[in-house]
Amino acid sequence: MGYDPQNPMADRITDIGPPHYTELMPPVIKANFGKWLYHEIVQPGVLLHVSETGAECYTVRVASARLISIDHIREMCDIADKHCGGYLRFTTRNNAEFMVDSKAKLQPLLDDLKSRGNKFPVGGTGAGVTNIVHTQGWVHCHTPATDASGVVKAVMDEVFEYFTSMKLPAQVRIALACCLNMCGAVHASDIAILGIHRKPPMVDHDAITGLCELPLAIAACPLGAIKPAKATNEKGEEVKSVSVNASRCMFCGNCYTMCPAMPLADPEGDGIAILVGGKISNSKSAPKFSKLVIPFLPNNTPRWPEVTSVVKRIVDVYAKDAHKYERIGEWAERIGWEKFFEKCDIPFTIKSIDDYRLAYNTWRTTTQFKFTSHIK
Amino acid sequence: MPKHDTPLLDELEKGPWPSFVTDIKRQAATKPECWDILGQLELSYRDKITHWKHGGIVGVFGYGGGIVGRYSDVPTKFPGVAHFHTVRLNQPSGMYYSTAKLRAICDLWQKYGSGMTNMHGSTGDLVLLGTTTPNLEPLFYELTHNLNQDLGGSGSNLRTPSCCLGKSRCEWACIDTQAVCYAMTMKYQDEIHRPAFPYKFKFKFSGCPNDCVASIARSDLSVIGTWRDNIRIDQAAVKKYLSGEYKSNAGAHSGRDWGKFDIKKEVVNLCPTKCMHMEGDTLKIDDAECTRCMHCINVMPRALRPGAEQGATILVGAKAPILDGAQFATMIIPFMKVDAENEFEDLVNLIEGIWDWWMENGKNRERVGESIQRVGLPTFLKVLNVEPIPQHIREPRSNPYVFWESEEVEGGWDRDVREFRKRHAQ
Repeated sequence: MGYDPQNPMADRITDIGPPHYTELMPPVIKANFGKWLYHEIVQPGVLLHVSETGAECYTVRVASARLISIDHIREMCDIADKHCGGYLRFTTRNNAEFMVDSKAKLQPLLDDLKSRGNKFPVGGTGAGVTNIVHTQGWVHCHTPATDASGVVKAVMDEVFEYFTSMKLPAQVRIALACCLNMCGAVHASDIAILGIHRKPPMVDHDAITGLCELPLAIAACPLGAIKPAKATNEKGEEVKSVSVNASRCMFCGNCYTMCPAMPLADPEGDGIAILVGGKISNSKSAPKFSKLVIPFLPNNTPRWPEVTSVVKRIVDVYAKDAHKYERIGEWAERIGWEKFFEKCDIPFTIKSIDDYRLAYNTWRTTTQFKFTSHIK
Repeated sequence: MPKHDTPLLDELEKGPWPSFVTDIKRQAATKPECWDILGQLELSYRDKITHWKHGGIVGVFGYGGGIVGRYSDVPTKFPGVAHFHTVRLNQPSGMYYSTAKLRAICDLWQKYGSGMTNMHGSTGDLVLLGTTTPNLEPLFYELTHNLNQDLGGSGSNLRTPSCCLGKSRCEWACIDTQAVCYAMTMKYQDEIHRPAFPYKFKFKFSGCPNDCVASIARSDLSVIGTWRDNIRIDQAAVKKYLSGEYKSNAGAHSGRDWGKFDIKKEVVNLCPTKCMHMEGDTLKIDDAECTRCMHCINVMPRALRPGAEQGATILVGAKAPILDGAQFATMIIPFMKVDAENEFEDLVNLIEGIWDWWMENGKNRERVGESIQRVGLPTFLKVLNVEPIPQHIREPRSNPYVFWESEEVEGGWDRDVREFRKRHAQ
């Protein structure tokens, strides 16, 4: 018996949660749960975990576009059925992982993956660039200021050599969020690619009545730029609406989230900001936020050349200049941000000087600085 | 649904990284609505703006979350994506799958959806991308009856909890992240499915301070494994690192010649607390000074392991920038045992203490980290009955504006100004 539309509540099952994880783990993982002794990255994209029982698990990490089809997943299943006893997993950074329990099974798996064109590049381990954590963009979201999957594809094509190698001073985590809502942790990434708006919201007086709770729209603005106002709709009727003090707008888009009659996306207004130097891990230094170094780059579809070239340049300069183990943010702090801008050939603009809340924390209150080309 | 010309998107079929455009085209062979995904996306690439309408509330009976409504703003051009709702499935802890399970999900989505997915969404859910309103109930029925699988969270509720892979394949996990993630997910099914909070609330569980699930940056309740005794040292293995027999950082830097491993430069001097030194070829650690950053363990995983007395540090209140700027989570409980044996009782008490207060005091669309900022960390600690300790702060306040209370001051605040004037002329 299946679903009966005449009687939708019949036989209903709810609140059962996800399947239990132990049902879905490969035998070598299940048998050595909590017994792992150490690991080694035997080559880029291949991890070896060794258990105190002597058991070994070889993991092959492959890239994925995150936005993937069921046919692609089925192909992953074919690979896992053939080589991995019918199991696989995904990482928190959208990679897929195929696990085998002996070295003998490793090379056939790698050969198989390689035979499938560019669908399953192996890499994303150690001191390199791994997959980009990202959001939906134009493919599925209503508030984006840029696309996600397309920018990610273009950037990863550009830095691909760092995905398949481990020659950087430390790992570089790139993340993309297509608007300030940041459905991912881009605010703490080595390089963050962030969609931003630059035009204040329009107010659709024809639609706002009935569509929006005006007090919520007004309260949504963190800077108090939205006020109640009378307006005239298309039919010439006076309606209760809002007005926007554009000079106060910081383009966060929170008003649009609360009120669909206040759209702010715009082909010329929207684009990408680059933030640099964040990290999540507590290793060596505390977690850090990413800092804004480029306030705006245009949405140059389909391959965002301005974005890809600056990301590549930052990684290249960092690769040459940083010490072993130094994350991008640690490197920038050691050499000083003035040196970061100079070495990466990124023009410093007034937009990188904070004038939002708690901004003072970021201003320099010491006589210690370096003489760079910025000082004429 | 016909194929559309997509000259801009076709440019994204070039290059070494997997192409989502090629993949969507392949899927269109059996799911022709995929042509309309590409058609509408191509239009966005031309117009440089999204073509999805704002919102639309859809769902399945009895749930307030798990499905996100989505409608095209050009539905006549692209009828295949006129409705294009998202279905969030609660991912298994650690994101391991059997192919049987994945194939069953694929078959379900072949039948009821567009064929496109996200593996996975940022919060952790397995995201099914694009279906119509009439498909939702039948999909949910088959999902729960045949796949033994439930939806995840969306809206102002407990979002689908997530974790790193923990003890299943990592030697550093100090807590069983999968067990606690699963247990909390099952305990709070109602909170996941029926929004009753001021705003979203996220749990994330990481096994060690490397924090592979980014819990400190984005979860309202961040549980990070740690230890409180000594780092376990295998001095024989230290010598093998010194001799070059073992590769530093588990081989993570092997793509470049960084020279011979130099334990002083690469480990001892990079220790943030400078609590290590070498005596000959023996590594000494003053564990009382260690802040458990993981660097030395990361560099010499075969010689050093986290201590054996393991538990978790609990931090509260991380969020992305909307609205008042990004926040990392603030350390609240320095060390807590996280045990399945007592059904994670201490953690549950903490969670429910936070929720009781936040549901009463949080404003609409205020994350708990913002509520704490608004009332102050001291107030929050008092609410939770947590004793203030120096570990709660990076440094003591530099302003003198203490909110003293009447009962803290000898004699209280009630004074008689006329009595005062008898001694002090106006």
